[in-house]
Amino acid sequence: MDTSVIPVAAPETSEIVLSARNVAKVFGSIQALKGVNFDVRRGQVTALFGENGAGKSTLMKILSGVYKPTSGTIILDGEPIEFDSSTDARNHGISIIHQELSLAPNMTVRDNIFMGREIRTMKGVDFAEEERQCRLLLAELEENIDPRTKVEDLRLGQQQIVEIARALSVNSRILIMDEPTSALSASEVEVLFKVIRDLKSRGVSIVYISHHLEEALQITDHAVVLRDGNMTAYAPRGDIDLEWIVRHMVGEHFNLGSPPTGYPFGNVVLQVEEVTVVDATGNQKLVDELSLDVRAGEIVCIYGLMGAGRTELLECLAGRLAARHGKVALNDRDITRASIAERIAEGLVLVPEDRQRDGLVQTMTIGQNLSLANLRRLVRGLFTSRRLEREHIDNAIRRTTVKAGSPDHLIGSLSGGNQQKVVIGKMWSTNPKAILLDEPSRGIDIGAKAEVFRLLAEGAREGLAVLYTTSEVGECLSVAHRIIVMHKGKISAEFGSDVTKARIMAASGEAVVH
Amino acid sequence: MSSTDVSKMNPTAAKQKINLADLLIEGRAFGALLVIIVFFSLMSPNYLTVSNLLIMSSHVAIYGILAIGMLLVILTGGIDLSVGSLLGLAGIIAGFLMQGVSFNSLGVIVYPPVWAVTVMTLAFGAFLGSITGVLVAYLRVPSFVATLGIMYVARGIALLITNGLTYNNLGGNEAYGNTGFDWLGFNRLFGIPVSVIILALLAAIFGIVLARSAFGRWIYATGGNQRAAELSGVPVPFVHICVYALSGMLASVAGLVLSSQLTSAGPTAGFTYEMIAIAAVVIGGASLSGGRGTVRGTMLGAFVIGFLSDGLVIIGVSAYWQTVFTGAVIVLAVLLNSLQYGGKRF
Repeated sequence: MDTSVIPVAAPETSEIVLSARNVAKVFGSIQALKGVNFDVRRGQVTALFGENGAGKSTLMKILSGVYKPTSGTIILDGEPIEFDSSTDARNHGISIIHQELSLAPNMTVRDNIFMGREIRTMKGVDFAEEERQCRLLLAELEENIDPRTKVEDLRLGQQQIVEIARALSVNSRILIMDEPTSALSASEVEVLFKVIRDLKSRGVSIVYISHHLEEALQITDHAVVLRDGNMTAYAPRGDIDLEWIVRHMVGEHFNLGSPPTGYPFGNVVLQVEEVTVVDATGNQKLVDELSLDVRAGEIVCIYGLMGAGRTELLECLAGRLAARHGKVALNDRDITRASIAERIAEGLVLVPEDRQRDGLVQTMTIGQNLSLANLRRLVRGLFTSRRLEREHIDNAIRRTTVKAGSPDHLIGSLSGGNQQKVVIGKMWSTNPKAILLDEPSRGIDIGAKAEVFRLLAEGAREGLAVLYTTSEVGECLSVAHRIIVMHKGKISAEFGSDVTKARIMAASGEAVVH
Repeated sequence: MSSTDVSKMNPTAAKQKINLADLLIEGRAFGALLVIIVFFSLMSPNYLTVSNLLIMSSHVAIYGILAIGMLLVILTGGIDLSVGSLLGLAGIIAGFLMQGVSFNSLGVIVYPPVWAVTVMTLAFGAFLGSITGVLVAYLRVPSFVATLGIMYVARGIALLITNGLTYNNLGGNEAYGNTGFDWLGFNRLFGIPVSVIILALLAAIFGIVLARSAFGRWIYATGGNQRAAELSGVPVPFVHICVYALSGMLASVAGLVLSSQLTSAGPTAGFTYEMIAIAAVVIGGASLSGGRGTVRGTMLGAFVIGFLSDGLVIIGVSAYWQTVFTGAVIVLAVLLNSLQYGGKRF
């Protein structure tokens, strides 16, 4: 890592309390961090920017003791230190508030704040004392929450405040916030920012990670940008603007392919009309009367932030979630009520976002995973034909260029990119007419990404209708003919492949570029 | 940054590792069985004789048949606590039918022939099992709770039908044309007890179904990752209903064999047999979280348990110590399982 890009501490900045020097982290064959330097200053906010997979979360997990770095050092108050666990880090005053809140919803605010460090006496837990301390903490945060309320009865914003109160209750000096505003309303964000300013004035240092660039700029004192595991830029707030961040985040365009051309699109294959999906409680619309068409040979990309409703839309189209209203048609046949298996038989398949949870059966081999969606067609008489299955597996491996020693190895022996190709190959080999891919590039390195997009382009050329989602702007501008931006369950904009990154980000509510 | 995504593994090394793992899983149940046979042969000259082996095998048949059904359920990630009660209830149903069904309004008593009794008993077991399946598949009741409920309900029905008494006379009567019920439990084909032959047939059938049919693959996929199976078009609810129905039916088969061996059917028959079936499956190397396990392993597990407890009887160890030894073997097996699967959490 070239350290010369990091300016020497500017004279007006305060002392450094925590820093990472040349920190690298390797997971299997994937290098998540490649020698990063990072400083946290007393009583100041440092914002960390980067696209998904840039290494932000990995870096924060290293700073908070969740992971150990593969190489490099962590320096706390000028002394090198190694954290054994997140508890150890917390005892040194470093707390992290994860994007997914880690509260027990069935327990009260008081019990959550004192979870694992209950005030014990001879007579059991001293609930009165816990409650008193809770009230003090919450009063400091100017949040009127009764410590005896159950967490599940609180709004998300309030739950966030409870997380912060918990972090403060252990006298944290450094607070890491991972996407704290992703679930908050505008007024709740205001409250959070007020709390952050309070914390700063009390000397607490904050590391702030957010996809909402403008919001982050409002509150931050320093900006650090990561890209592909490298730190690409560092500057104090005064020297930067939005464009600077976007430029360093996205970087020069890595070639992820271009939209396939030279053939006409066919008929509309996938037709979505005013589809609405609601959450489990039935109150909140995750997808809000959304309509779109995809034609044969066309590649459409849906861009949106977390919570925009992309995953819910695709799961609804694939039949996992029921649509409250609306109609889904494939080649003019109404499949709104069809089961997942019927949709696959009709030719509509989904490559899910989380391949570990939804895509692969870890107890099975590579080959068994590849043939799983197609077993019905491989049956001859009573049993599946071994010969047909083997041919099928070999075809799928060849087509999706999976690099595997043997299809009889367990699926876990493959790297992330190859596992993703197996999931794609499994669904693709059912001969679909339309393929949905939810974040097909998640958690795989850039080379594998390029191969995945090349596969999509090939498929489109052969007449497949392709719909994929992404949360990385760079990936919108790869093979997609058309880019749809989703925001809060609705389509907020639609572009051709000649659009700029800034306009896409503006439409997603991420940033307004003037 | 690396521009390609090459899996860095040595194919031959990985292959060897997988084979070694397989050997460990199946080998340890086999090893345990060998140790048991050698030990008891040394302790008693009567242990390793053809006639004793056949008698022990006919005991194993009951556990083994139950364990096959249990394996199917456990492979999908569930558990079936109702098999012991269903076994008991099956005997009672058979006994009830053998005594003759009287239709008061018509003033006749119908004595169904043995084959009809068998078919009806099996159908009833499958029906009760499929109720569990519906509870698990559509109403999202955890299998532990659903089968716990069915376990009590089935036991209660068995007690209600007989008022707590035992059907003693299952031999049938020439005059009514319903003799032959004892064929299952007493007869031998080519010198081998019919119950053992039934076990062997069922083991072969389900072994092939699991290994070769699409349905078998669906069972493994459902247990390995239900969400992924669903998204791949596997009819997960159908698979659930089928495995519980099959488990219920196999429990009925075991119930018929047992009451035929005893020529009587008591409402408390098969009490806690579900635990023995689970133990056989676990000793056979199946994972209780689903997706891993074979019929072959389960059969070895059933023989380990059966040969161990019969051996202890033969060398005159007290029944209390038998329980302790059986428990120790189960704990040991689970311990080995968690050593086997513990590190693999991807």
